[in-house]
Amino acid sequence: MKPFRRRRRGSTTATFDPGEAALLANLARQVIELLRDRHGESVADTDPLAAQLGLDGPSLPPEDPVLRRLLPDAYSGDEAEESGEFRRYTEQALTAAKVSHAEAVLSSLVVGGYDPDAAEIRGQEAVEVELGNEAVQAWLKTLTDIRLAIAVRLGIETEEDAALVARSEDDAVAAMSDVYDWLGYVQESLISVLD
Amino acid sequence: MGDVPKTAPVEHADTEVDTDVGLDLVVDRPWVTIVWNDPVNLMSYVAYVFRTYFGYTEEKAETLMMAVHQEGRAVVSSGGREEMERHVQAMHDYGLWATVQKDEA
Repeated sequence: MKPFRRRRRGSTTATFDPGEAALLANLARQVIELLRDRHGESVADTDPLAAQLGLDGPSLPPEDPVLRRLLPDAYSGDEAEESGEFRRYTEQALTAAKVSHAEAVLSSLVVGGYDPDAAEIRGQEAVEVELGNEAVQAWLKTLTDIRLAIAVRLGIETEEDAALVARSEDDAVAAMSDVYDWLGYVQESLISVLD
Repeated sequence: MGDVPKTAPVEHADTEVDTDVGLDLVVDRPWVTIVWNDPVNLMSYVAYVFRTYFGYTEEKAETLMMAVHQEGRAVVSSGGREEMERHVQAMHDYGLWATVQKDEA
């Protein structure tokens, strides 16, 4: 990856290897799938007003720990009733927002040359994304959501845990930890060129 | 305030309205938005969110971010309940862990 930099006309660009672009797209799609599993395929197609009003939203927190972190309670633990009420009216709108951020990331990768239908990465060109202000926000939020999801799956609950999983002898854990760190690097690179 | 001449409100001289108002203000505490520390979000990102969403200065955003990081939580805004609920939802959209509650102070 060539880190983010600011163009004179205001957009923000970065270049990803084809493998990196495919990885990012794959992770963004997983976040979308996870969120849609909670609310059914219709989330993105929901009438925006209905989503805003949170009609028929659930009041219980998700059972999946990743979803519970992406869609957390708004009141602390001992106020389950308040949290449930708030969730009923807002969770669908929050879910739809998160889905649309991840979709924006996917679409900027596609515009940058990432081919979602490519059978293999070999022979693919580098992907250069160019982000306007809105896309920058979508990228920051989706990178965060992906990192939160990976952290929950890896069991990262303290700052020391992150260092521990990085040294794991389990190859799958170590690989996921590398991805987690790389996403942090991508996000840090993006933040460093803002404001 | 000390220079305002105290003119006796003749027509209401017998009521205790003034002291009641003072008491109500103390009892009616505001609501607060609390952001909690988590090991995932980058310090630079948390400060960025405080700057861009709340419009805080770099210095204030940095101070609040460090408070979250070192003390485990920080009150980042206070006011009406609905406004705080909006802030909490926005923080969740950013992926920060936030809750709303009645001010403890």
